[in-house]
Amino acid sequence: MKALVAIKRVVDYNIQVRVKADGSDVDIDGVKMGINPFDENAIEEAIRLKEKGIVSEIIAVTIGSSANQDILRHALAMGADRAMLVETQETLHSLGVAKIIKAVVEREQPNLILLGKQAIDDDAGQTGQMLAALLKLPQATYASQITIADNQATVVREIDGGTQTLVVNLPAVITTDLRLNEPRYVKLPNLMMARKKPLENVPLDSLNVSLTHNVQQLKVATPPARPAGVMVKDVHELLSKLRSHEGIIA
Amino acid sequence: MRTLIIAEHDGQYLNEQVARAVTAAQHWQQPVDVLIAGAQPDALSAQIAALQGVNSVLVASDPALQHPTAEHLADIIVPLAANYNVVLAAHSAFSKNILPRVAALLDVNMLSDVLEIVNTNTYVRGIYAGNVLATVHNQDMTQVLTVRGSKFAVATGGGSAEIKAITTSAAPQGSRWVSEAFNKSERPALTAAKVVVSGGRALGSADAFAQVIAPLADKLHAAIGASRAAVDAGYAPNDLQVGQTGVVVAPDLYIAVGISGAIQHAYGMKDSKVVVAINQDPEAQIFKIADYGLVADLFEVVPQLTAAL
Ligand SMILES: Cc1cc2nc3c(=O)[nH]c(=O)nc-3n(C[C@H](O)[C@H](O)[C@H](O)COP(=O)(O)OP(=O)(O)OC[C@H]3O[C@@H](n4cnc5c(N)ncnc54)[C@H](O)[C@@H]3O)c2cc1C
Ligand SMILES: Nc1ncnc2c1ncn2[C@@H]1O[C@H](COP(=O)(O)O)[C@@H](O)[C@H]1O
Repeated sequence: MKALVAIKRVVDYNIQVRVKADGSDVDIDGVKMGINPFDENAIEEAIRLKEKGIVSEIIAVTIGSSANQDILRHALAMGADRAMLVETQETLHSLGVAKIIKAVVEREQPNLILLGKQAIDDDAGQTGQMLAALLKLPQATYASQITIADNQATVVREIDGGTQTLVVNLPAVITTDLRLNEPRYVKLPNLMMARKKPLENVPLDSLNVSLTHNVQQLKVATPPARPAGVMVKDVHELLSKLRSHEGIIA
Repeated sequence: MRTLIIAEHDGQYLNEQVARAVTAAQHWQQPVDVLIAGAQPDALSAQIAALQGVNSVLVASDPALQHPTAEHLADIIVPLAANYNVVLAAHSAFSKNILPRVAALLDVNMLSDVLEIVNTNTYVRGIYAGNVLATVHNQDMTQVLTVRGSKFAVATGGGSAEIKAITTSAAPQGSRWVSEAFNKSERPALTAAKVVVSGGRALGSADAFAQVIAPLADKLHAAIGASRAAVDAGYAPNDLQVGQTGVVVAPDLYIAVGISGAIQHAYGMKDSKVVVAINQDPEAQIFKIADYGLVADLFEVVPQLTAAL
């Protein structure tokens, strides 16, 4: 079966982004970028399913500027078979992204559609569920385990208080949690080989998606810092400090 | 127009966050209805009806809703949405699974984990692991959002909303609930606890985690939390992960034990009233967000602290 994996290019998770002086947006000029961590888990899972003989072809797709080619190359080097860049400069929110991926799904007809559970820049956590809705497909979010047999996926999901297991008929949309797997490292020879794999540039216009721009970011700000704390020398002093706050400890 | 809240419950208890969503919903100054879907939601419906600020409780009662899928709930919510220009829920694994599906079926955007409602279509929410606060405006006809429960007070009791049954649709065929495994604990729920004691990678093993963290939590009637490193290493179950990709907590007291304070962890706890950090590295990031810091070996001082309480 074909697997389609949607990957986003985001600011590296180790970087603490800054707000532009005019408060219009975050300043990500020259900041290290990379594949959204959850999306790397999604690629890894597709590759493992291919290694098990369940998946036959893996397509990585991303939506954004031409700079996004780097994460596609990364996905190809990990083991994806081909890649697709839907090129646009537009600022998109989850609904717009879901509409574009829907068009790609209709073109490619994958049986398994994998996304990350959330992008670590917008922290929206919506695209997978929206895509499933638009495609009228079942969804299984926050997957920490995926087992595929008989055209069904059994998915263990991380939920508040524990885990839940669902069975979804394929095709389905599954979103990945970090504990699903440990993504492999990309070795240099694989990066070289990945250059030979197909990377298609799909103009957004060719997909005939109508997008709205109803959500606008008005401004951004740095959250107020917590007031500086004090260091205590031992447990005794800690307790007396805590007791000075009414009702916190008995 | 009206505001619709989607209630979360486990069949037995109403999630405390529902009463917080009711407070958030008052910002629109229009009638607020609450939908509860379940196999036998009658007792819980009465609890919702008693919340001040609720106009009516819509009850979707059906044995098939014992463990509803997102698909099933979305199919129930979407037809109702014609009467509502706001659909909201408290942010949780439950609501963030369903509401994006609802929003897409309504062809509208959604805003997740809203911290502040500025006006009827403008909100403040965190981006980049809460390192940046964004003010966003949504022009869609229906506002769909989840709100951060801890930012809104619990609605008080004494109300008497009308309770109405609504018809439900059959469960869609494509997906099926199989099982759930909850980590049983006598402790308060992480998001509702007044005190949280969290352990990190430094604990070194599941045994040490249980032997060092649990007794302190017991003394403080606290919930237990963990860093991702501790969860990944198997010292604590996944649902205890505090942070950007785990649970966000804001207790009166948060004690971070052997946790370095990575931005992803800080996201989940920096709204706590008082933060205590115990770490042997004086340079650890966690001390920057702690009210009280103790540079020490946790294996020495945590048992001392437990004994002194
Ligand atoms: C996409 C993404 C999402 C993430 N989401 C989350 C999340 O939701 N929650 C989360 O927590 N993390 C998350 N992380 C991981 C995060 O970046 C950190 O790796 C993690 O929080 C580190 O956990 P830790 O503090 O327990 O471990 P470490 O960073 O290894 O810190 C251990 C600390 O213990 C101290 N220590 C060691 N021995 C002792 C001792 N004997 N006594 C006292 N102190 C001692 C050390 O000085 C050190 O500061 C995420 C990462 C990514 C990439
Ligand atoms: N621009 C994009 N291109 C490709 N995939 C995306 C894009 N934005 C979001 N996604 C996918 O949707 C997931 C959730 O994103 P979000 O809803 O923005 O939190 C991500 O983990 C990706 O798998």
